[in-house]
Formats: sequence, C-alpha cells, structure tokens
Amino acid sequence: MAQQTTETLSGAQITVRLLERQGVRTVAGIPGGAILPIYDALSRSPGIHHVLARHEQGAGFIAQGMARATGVPAVCLASSGPGATNLLTAIADAKLDSIPLVAITGQVPRAMIGTDAFQEVDTYGLSIPITKHNFLINSAEELLEVIPRAFRIAASGRPGPVLVDIPKDVQNQCIEIAAWPEPGVAEPAAAPDPALVARAAAMINAAERPILYLGGGVVHSGAAPQAVALAEKAGLPTVMTLMALGTLPADHTLSLGMLGMHGARYANLALDECDLLIAVGARFDDRATGKVAAFCPQAKIIHIDIDPSELDKIKTAHVGIAGDVATVLKMLTPEVESHLRKRWLSHVNGLKATHPLRMPGVEDARTHYGLIRAVADCLDDEATIATDVGQHQMWVAQAYPLRRPRQWLTSGGLGTMGFGLPAAIGAALAEPERTVVCFTGDGSILMNVQELATAAEEGANVKIVLMNNATLGLVYQQQTLFYGERIFASRFKGQPDFIKVAEGFGIAAVDLDRAGDPRGTLAEALSMRGPVLIHASIDCEQQVLPMVAPGAANKDMIGG
Amino acid sequence: MNAISQAENRALARAVLELDVNNHAGVMSHVVGLFSRRAYNVEGILVMPVGDGRCSRIWLQVNEDGRLEQMIRQIEKLEDVLAVRRHGAEHEVFERLEAFFR
Repeated sequence: MAQQTTETLSGAQITVRLLERQGVRTVAGIPGGAILPIYDALSRSPGIHHVLARHEQGAGFIAQGMARATGVPAVCLASSGPGATNLLTAIADAKLDSIPLVAITGQVPRAMIGTDAFQEVDTYGLSIPITKHNFLINSAEELLEVIPRAFRIAASGRPGPVLVDIPKDVQNQCIEIAAWPEPGVAEPAAAPDPALVARAAAMINAAERPILYLGGGVVHSGAAPQAVALAEKAGLPTVMTLMALGTLPADHTLSLGMLGMHGARYANLALDECDLLIAVGARFDDRATGKVAAFCPQAKIIHIDIDPSELDKIKTAHVGIAGDVATVLKMLTPEVESHLRKRWLSHVNGLKATHPLRMPGVEDARTHYGLIRAVADCLDDEATIATDVGQHQMWVAQAYPLRRPRQWLTSGGLGTMGFGLPAAIGAALAEPERTVVCFTGDGSILMNVQELATAAEEGANVKIVLMNNATLGLVYQQQTLFYGERIFASRFKGQPDFIKVAEGFGIAAVDLDRAGDPRGTLAEALSMRGPVLIHASIDCEQQVLPMVAPGAANKDMIGG
Repeated sequence: MNAISQAENRALARAVLELDVNNHAGVMSHVVGLFSRRAYNVEGILVMPVGDGRCSRIWLQVNEDGRLEQMIRQIEKLEDVLAVRRHGAEHEVFERLEAFFR
C-alpha cells in the first residue's frame, strides 16, 4: 500500500476545513449547544472571520448581504431548535430572490433525534420548501461529499439557499482523512438551443414595438453588459424588475426604469403597447405584471431563463429558451440586426414626456424623494445601496440613480422587513472599500435593530438612512386607498428615540430634523468611516405613486 | 370517501408519473411537498427500491390539471430526482393494486 499522509479530524474540524478550502473568509452566526463543536473548530481557523450576529435571522441576512454583493455563496451558522427556526426567514428570502447561501445548523445528537430532545426541531423538514436543497448529515464521511456539493448546488444554475443540518455527535465523530475533495463550484448550464436563439433573433428583427424586460437573473448571470449591448444594438426600450435595477444604468436613454406596481406610468404604458416582450432572467412576478391577462396584451413573448420551470409558468412564451442568460445573449445579439427604431423610440420618449415619474419635493432634502436624491448626490456608483421593505424601498427604487449590477440589495420576492441592516452589514464586510447605505423605515429598522450591535462591533461601513414617518407606511397607504381610510394598527403611537437607540449601541447618529443644513450634515455623515445612523422624519401622508392596485391591470394606475 | 364518489373519482382524467429517485430519507417529502403546497392532491403513491437499492422508483397517481406540466418541471428540479416520465391513466401500475383496496 502506498504511503499516504492521513490526519484524524472530527466532523467539526472537517466542516471548517472544507469551508476554508472553499475560500470562505467570513461567516455569520450565533453559537449554541448543538453547534459548539463546529464553533470550537472555527475558533482555531486562521482564515475564517466569524461575525457574531445578535439574532440568527440577522446572521442569515448578513450572509445574504455578502452573497448579493459578490455573487459568491456565503455561509451562516446557527444552533439547533430556535437557532435554526430563527434562520428560516432569511433562508426563505434567499430562495425567492435566488441568492446563493449555505446555512449550516447544529442538530441534537443522532441518538436523540425524534425524542423531542432539548432544542430539537425538525430542521430538515422545516427547510424543505424554502431551500434549493437540504441535507441531514449521517456521518463525518458524508461531510466530505456534502459540503462541497452544497456550495455547488447553491451556485449552479439558478442560485439558491442550501441547508446542511449536522448532528452534534457527527461533529464530534473523528475519522481519518487521506484526501480532500475539490471545492464545489457552479456547474456550467446546458448550452442553449441555437435554433431557438435564431427564432428569437428573427422575432426581434421583425418586431415594430419591442421591449426588453430584465430580471434578477441578469444580475446573477453577470449578464448586464450583454443586456446593454442587445438593447443598444436592437434599439430596445428596457424595463427592469425591482431585482434587476442597476443592470441598465438608470440614466441610459433606453431605460424605462422599473415596471409594475410602482413603476413609472410611461413604463407600464409602453408595455401595454409593445408587440414583442423579451424577458431575460425575469419570472413574471405579480408585482411586475399586475393582472397577468392584461399584461402586454398585444405582445409575443421571448422568455430566456436558466430555470426551465420558469418558462410558460405564468405566461406562455412564443419562444422559450432555457439557458444561462449571458450565454444566450452572447449568441443572440450578433444575430440581431442593428436598428435605430426611430418611430417606436420617439413614441416611447413621447410617453416619457407626457406621463413622467413625478417626484414632488425632489429638490428639498427634507422630503422623501429629496432625501434619497440628496444621498445619491453625495455618492458615486461605487456605493452599494441596500433597503429594507416598505414605502422607502419603493421610493429608493424609483428615485435612486442605480447604475451598476450588484449595487442594489433589496428583498424582492419575500419582501422581508428587517432585511436591510444586516444585509448592508454583510455587504460592507464583503466589500470593505465601499460605502454601503441602508435606507430603512421606522417599522423595518426595529425588526432587526439588534444588529446595530454587530455593526458597531465590526465597524461596518454602513450608513443607515432612517426615513421615519411613524407608520407602517405601505399598510397605512393601502388602508388609506383601499380600506376607506380606516387606519388601524399601522400608526405607531409610541416610538423610541432612534438617535439614543443608535448611540446606545455605540453608533454615531445624526438627526437631519435638527440640522440647519441637511445636505451638509448628510454629506458629513456619509463621509464618516464606520456605522452611522442618519435620522430624518418624513410626512406619513406621502404615498408611493403611481400604484397599480393589487389584482388590477398595470395600465390602470392610481396617482403619480 | 368524501364528496366525490369512487365512480366519479374514476371518471376524472388521471395521469401517472414515474420518478426515478435517490433512495434516502427525505426524498418523498421533497416530492410530495411540491404537491401539498399547491393544494394539489396526490391520489396514489407507490415506492419501492430498484436494483441495488441506491435508487427507488416512485409512482404517483394524480388528477389531470392545468398545473401538471409545471409540477413535472418542478419535480425535475429536485436534486434527488433523476428522471420523470409521464404516463396516461391507462398505465396498469395502480390498476393491478386495486385488489388490495377493496
């Protein structure tokens, strides 16, 4: 037998070694009884920095922030029972927005599984519907196969979260390791069908009123340059979903901004008239389409997506192409004729002029739109913009000049309040050279406010812009518009002093309400190093407009 | 039986799905979860290991529904599902079992 160097390692040490080999440099989590062996091994890892979150959901979103900013699978850790259940929201959020995440949870020892042991919960069963795949580990040997595979699954095809549940006795089980597996990397997607690409090109060439519809898949695929190239060559007015903002610069002449529920009127009206819709890495989400039967009623549809189950799911495509969207676009663009498309583009520009996105008060930094623009005026495209969920999120989506893929981190599919702060911390840790702004609301910030402690501890370069209207703004807006102004449970009668809250957590805070020169104060706060909370009161009567009522057609917009 | 009598039930258009899957704990949960979350009832289920036991075959009997095509695509995405084949109601796998359910 040939001599081999073997080492005897525990399951916990193997797990940590596999993470190191995977290139993981930062993980977020909270220890607890059932994951202590892994934490013990982690304490001796020279290469991995552990970020101690203050709630497991925070750890999940910190990992998401890292993954969204970089596109590389990120890792969060939690113990069994409540640790695992607290992670679930962040995992479900990653599933709906296709974010590559590897969640590692401790589990009670195998012999105790199924006995209702202390802090035992069926993590495997709970995570089935919200993960791309999940594992319950049965032996230390299995880790050698499963950990790299978890990263491969998370990153391959349509990205998503993978959970690995590791019983404590497996973490302590020692085995001899003779050879290490290769790190798990994304598998290349199957090659698209060239005949379908040719048909799509012919349809684009024949179209008179085409629109390009970009979704989050363009970001995940790194296909923004290809999407811009197609739009420019074929003269395609382009709408983006919430998830795709930044893929086409907001100020590009072909950009119609966001479509759907809170898109500009001109975007939805142009879609209503288009004769060809080219959907790229988009999934016809109900917030984008409105009433599906009335969405692009005159249009033929080309749908390009890496996930074959998205094709024909909501709208039947005339040509559906399964494949990596960057690959498909690289094949498609050379087959598309250069087109100035003067008539259609001048018509679309006419729509822009007659139905503009109205942003009242945008010049005044004490208004909601004005504050967002004032923040943008202080920063360049290198800044990363995260949001929480609610009115502020939609206003930022409308008003912030996003110009770079992965510049924009927002919870789209699940719409999780509490996403913003931890996601911003994760982004700041992954890319410490950037300024990360987290726009949040007074409702959202409180849902993961404990992560202010994490931000302070890590010195994360996060600027929290808290737009305080003392309401759950979108609820207040819907009650105002659709429930006879019966405002219930959406107005906060008592509120904490957010400045003191931030200072109590050891974070610098400024109150724009008290600033004589809000722009100057803002610029100063944004240029400070480390975490800063910037508080600004806004008017609770301001609505996100225009708005498509839930279930209505996109062309029937309210306001704006 | 509930509101639908056995005869009526039989009159509904049926489909039979044949799945090749990895044989380990949890695979069945992944498969049936896709149906239950959509309130899409699975009328019949059969599973047995095949060959050396590393793989199993799952037979599902379901009602024809506009969502079936999407269901098949979702099943195909599962990591532990190796192949999905769709058969018509005439497939004999469930018919031969009827004797056990009388």
